[in-house]
Amino acid sequence: MKGTAKTKALSALFAVTMLSATSIFYMQVVKAGDSLKDDGLPSGISKVKVKPATDDGPLDEIISGWHFRSKETKNLQQDDFENPGYLWVEQGEELWATKDGSKGKSCKSCHDDPAKSMKGVGANMPKWDAKLKRPLTLEQRVNTCRTQGLGAKEWKWESREMLSMTAFIRNLSRGMPMNVQADGPMKPWVEKGKNIYYTRVGQLNMSCSNCHEDNYGKNIRADHLSQGQSNGFPTYRLKWQKIGSLHRRFKGCMKNIRATPYKPGSDEFVALEIYLSQRGKGLEIETPAVRN
Amino acid sequence: MAKSKPRVKAPKSASKGDIVTIKTLISHIMETGLRKNKKTGKIIPRRIINKFQAKFEGTEIFSVDIDTAISANPFFQFSMKAEKSGEFEFIWTDDNGEIYTKKSKLTVS
Amino acid sequence: MKDLSRREVIVLGSTAAAAIMVSPTMAFAEAKPAKALLEKFTGGKSIATGKIKLEMPEIAENGNTVPLTFTVESPMTEKDYVKRVIIIAEGNPRAEVATFNFSHLSGVAKASSRMRLAKTQNVVAVAELSDGTFYMAKTEVKVTIGGCGG
Repeated sequence: MKGTAKTKALSALFAVTMLSATSIFYMQVVKAGDSLKDDGLPSGISKVKVKPATDDGPLDEIISGWHFRSKETKNLQQDDFENPGYLWVEQGEELWATKDGSKGKSCKSCHDDPAKSMKGVGANMPKWDAKLKRPLTLEQRVNTCRTQGLGAKEWKWESREMLSMTAFIRNLSRGMPMNVQADGPMKPWVEKGKNIYYTRVGQLNMSCSNCHEDNYGKNIRADHLSQGQSNGFPTYRLKWQKIGSLHRRFKGCMKNIRATPYKPGSDEFVALEIYLSQRGKGLEIETPAVRN
Repeated sequence: MAKSKPRVKAPKSASKGDIVTIKTLISHIMETGLRKNKKTGKIIPRRIINKFQAKFEGTEIFSVDIDTAISANPFFQFSMKAEKSGEFEFIWTDDNGEIYTKKSKLTVS
Repeated sequence: MKDLSRREVIVLGSTAAAAIMVSPTMAFAEAKPAKALLEKFTGGKSIATGKIKLEMPEIAENGNTVPLTFTVESPMTEKDYVKRVIIIAEGNPRAEVATFNFSHLSGVAKASSRMRLAKTQNVVAVAELSDGTFYMAKTEVKVTIGGCGG
């Protein structure tokens, strides 16, 4: 029985691998934009396409992942009530005022009204931390606050609490353009991220750019490829049936190309997040976006 | 899993005879009982919201008997004819016996 | 690299598909007829078409969350109203999706929800009216299995 299952799995893996490897050649030729109808805008967003901030970037136009989704998926993001991502945003709001840790404090104790203190914060992450001499993602910033400010335990990267808090904070910057610092001490991190973006890895020997730069707007099997922008994260994914982090998505992409994924929160993923934020500079924050 | 949280969008006021629309959403994994734990190979036990009820002034106006194919974080949209002022009560029943409720007032003029 | 011919790729793909199709859960799904569910719902009475409209996407981007809306023509009065509507997904491991119970207080016999579809299949909605008649609507939804699960 075990042997049969293994054979099945192997033959399936082989077929899938061959299909994936050849699928590049069989991609449906749809020019980016051709099949993309105007289905309005996501809630709270004024535009889903922007011109790149600098001329030296590889893209002529930066397009939110929203644009590549079906009408039904888009509809879910057009109504803040129907968007299930708000179940997490609301929990984040509750956690904001919930005391935790040895110092008997909550986020509110230091940062007061989040609508004021946190507005725009999510749009600038990851951000350089002068004390730690490294950039911190929003998740890492939250955990620094928890351990040092509250005397509380760190939240796990993909825990319900962390996803709720990061979705809540990013949502307070909804509609604001992504604006990560890319110069100064952040420069080597952008470079590191760029390097990862363009390096082919895994059994399928693919890089991020193979799908999200060379072939966005086309179909890879039944999937409509986006530019892989990060402005909607944490995102409610229909596949996950819940909200998830950007690093979880990175992991999934790496598994798809049969590479060994880096760990969420690793320097590699942090660098990649910084590079993506720089790449998508100017695109409005959509958190919590809804994707397939 | 954390405690399920309901969200309800119901109008606060309406004119007599209006047909009002109500939307409800609740956080819930809706575990089908058909999946296996990838590591242990054991079936993950079923746990779903098996019933949703909407009452107005104690009388049921709409309900759903739910099976495993309703999506995670169940969403329902339905209507009621506004005849008099009163209170809505929304009730979700979990397989584990837990009941989640939410109330909302409607003024009819 | 040596390009595989299109035929070779298809043969490979279908071999893999065949291997997966034989799993016991799939066999179970085929063996459990939606018909029995319908008979239980109607008590063996005949079902007419019309009066009920079922709106679902032609193609679902992901089978986990497929929106559905149904509407039944009815005055929704105390004497003449829609009692309940059953939703059946013929190709799911469990065909029963949900039963929506209305009363004349509902105003209109219309509701929306989101459902799971295991594969491309027909979804059936059957309404029972207060006079004991039954009406059915059926729609096919194609479920795309993407290349990029993630």
